[in-house]
Amino acid sequence: MATRKSTAKPNASAEELMGYYRDMLLIRRFEEKAGQLYGMGLIGGFCHLYIGQEAVVVGLEATAKEGDKRITTYRDHGHMLACGMDPKGVMAELTGREGGLSKGKGGSMHMFSKEKHFYGGHGIVGANVPLGAGLAFSDMYKGNDNVTFTYFGDGAANQGQVYETYNMAMLWTLPVIFVIENNKYAMGTSVQRATKSPSLWERGAAYGIKGEEVDGMDVLAVKAAGEKAVAHCRAGKGPYILEIMTYRYRGHSMSDPAKYRTRDEVQKMRTERDAIEHVRELLLQGKHASEDDLKEIDKEIKAIVNEAAEFSKESPEPAPEELWTDIYA
Amino acid sequence: MATEVLMPALSPTMEEGTLAKWLVKEGDTVSSGDILAEIETDKATMEFEAVDEGTIGKILIEAGTEGVKVNTPIAILVEEGEEVPAEGAKAETAPAPAALNGEEGKTAAPATAAPAPAEPKPDTSPDWPEGTKMKTQTVREALRDAMAEEMRSTDEVFVMGEEVAEYQGAYKITQGLLDEFGARRVIDTPITEHGFAGIGVGAAFGGLRPIVEFMTFNFAMQAIDQIINSAAKTLYMSGGQMGCPIVFRGPNGAAARVAAQHSQCYAAWYSQIPGLKVAMPYSAADAKGLLKTAIRDPNPVIFLENEILYGRSFDVPDLEDFTVPFGKAKTWREGSDVTIVSFGIGMTYALEAAERLAGDGIEAEVIDLRTIRPMDTDAILASVRKTNRLITVEEGFPQGSVGNYITSVVMEQAFDYLDAPVINLAGKDVPMPYAANLEKLALVTTDEVVEAAHKVTYR
Repeated sequence: MATRKSTAKPNASAEELMGYYRDMLLIRRFEEKAGQLYGMGLIGGFCHLYIGQEAVVVGLEATAKEGDKRITTYRDHGHMLACGMDPKGVMAELTGREGGLSKGKGGSMHMFSKEKHFYGGHGIVGANVPLGAGLAFSDMYKGNDNVTFTYFGDGAANQGQVYETYNMAMLWTLPVIFVIENNKYAMGTSVQRATKSPSLWERGAAYGIKGEEVDGMDVLAVKAAGEKAVAHCRAGKGPYILEIMTYRYRGHSMSDPAKYRTRDEVQKMRTERDAIEHVRELLLQGKHASEDDLKEIDKEIKAIVNEAAEFSKESPEPAPEELWTDIYA
Repeated sequence: MATEVLMPALSPTMEEGTLAKWLVKEGDTVSSGDILAEIETDKATMEFEAVDEGTIGKILIEAGTEGVKVNTPIAILVEEGEEVPAEGAKAETAPAPAALNGEEGKTAAPATAAPAPAEPKPDTSPDWPEGTKMKTQTVREALRDAMAEEMRSTDEVFVMGEEVAEYQGAYKITQGLLDEFGARRVIDTPITEHGFAGIGVGAAFGGLRPIVEFMTFNFAMQAIDQIINSAAKTLYMSGGQMGCPIVFRGPNGAAARVAAQHSQCYAAWYSQIPGLKVAMPYSAADAKGLLKTAIRDPNPVIFLENEILYGRSFDVPDLEDFTVPFGKAKTWREGSDVTIVSFGIGMTYALEAAERLAGDGIEAEVIDLRTIRPMDTDAILASVRKTNRLITVEEGFPQGSVGNYITSVVMEQAFDYLDAPVINLAGKDVPMPYAANLEKLALVTTDEVVEAAHKVTYR
């Protein structure tokens, strides 16, 4: 066991740091495996990987309490793993099998968990934003102090319904945290080629919504900002915007020719700003963990991911009768 | 353990590709994320990254090779200090992908082989017990009462929309609700249909039962993505986990002299969507009974009202809790010569026509669908078996109309019972004009129904 010391950063214990490392690594290894299974033809259609953006969801999940809700776009695998959904069920949904979280009927972009308060997985850019505000509305209506994390990308940030939602969220002081995962590219269009706004979070000012920019490659910075946003919402002060600057290492989906950015740019982020490496260094430098401890975690994660992959291959395709179920409640 | 690196599928449709370039050579160590090769698909040249770490033991497919099938081994990855397995020796390889399109995938025969049509068995039970006390109400009052009763019975029900609260409803349907239930449950929205429809759907996911009023259904086109992609499809996409109990209601179809953008009937549009239910009442009793059923339904319901009908009075049963089930048509008038099927305001023309036809000695059976989805096709089929003639009446556009669908059902299941071609009466195939005379010409009329009945009865 490595010597445990308090971390240099005040907002996480060594144990928590280890947890973030684990959670982020699980997402990365899971996504790498998903990419591999896609390459083998086991996963079809669209498959949007979260590699590079792990700190965003792991940092924010660290601020959630039971009953808080989350909803996101189609780049959703990381969010599901981070809120504790079963990796086997997620992977089997990717392969379109009976054991998938949506019985194979939703696929990569459409998974849900009532138990974990995860409301999807939505394929229409921007559409999950009013849905998230509606979830927050339901909590306010019921009179509890839960919040809803509503994730969307820099691309969705240009959709009109986002601003309709900002307006109503502030008007009705809904407990919703708008999380803009700014990974710099909406498919292949860079933020600079899509808007003249110098920043996306500042657009909330037009509606009186507070917000801030956050370093999304630093899980502790994300957590700190998330704590502030959550406190704001729980106190009944209405919505809050977090524009989290992050980076996706892989393509938009699987067939991405990568012509819109340079290899060097990607490589630079990977080597200099990687969120998992960052926590790894904090753990090692702070002597909270040894190389062996971390290897042990790597091994555990690999086993979980391999088990998920095996399950996703062995689980049978849904029965033909499933075509006709779940259309009406 | 040596691992075969397989030719990857890099797009949803890729079956083979060109191995354009290797970026590693034999003996190189690689870790996950390193680029191994460039692969050309029919769409683009893409980089192929390593998933596992190890040493490139052997390159099996030379750079420049075209037509390399997906899942062909292209290289062998070995662990540190390990030998490349000899030719023929089995390296560990991922199992071949499951047959996704193969024979195994073929399942039950598609539903094209038409089974012998079963005897239609419509539910003809009365909507209320005989001797029930009746009261006269407008459709407007009946709708308001339905909402108020359901709001009294459960706190989960709330109303939101433009002008529903302080203004008391743009068409006064929500009159009095704010006073009784307060601003928490009767919520004025800004003019943002897309946004508040989405918020309503989210609230339904969160366990509430929203009634979302559109000032008219014309404006719901701004919100149709939320209605269809979010409300209607989520239950299926979630494998049955995430229901959406919500009612979208408001006036639909032509009012009077409001021209093209405010005069469209959406019955056919919404009735096309699995996951939605679509109700379109004609009478006040049905307006009340169906709206109460809609609010209690665990699914998204499109509730299409009509501005012209709002002020009409009908008998409504004076019962404490009166509901009308979905999927049960109502026969307003029995007859043996021709069946007229309609719904909503179309019933006005159908009933007027039946009255006039009786004077001509033609007895029309008039069926009000009440819900378009689910549709009581048994009621239509049973009637057609009796009259052998069918006319459908609606105000929507003719192409892809509700009548077209009814016709296809009758062709498939009652072809032998037809003595004349089915006639679908609909609005004319033009945007609604403003001029009073042109507007009249654009709408379906009682005269047209009468004429069609003469035509199909050859009298």
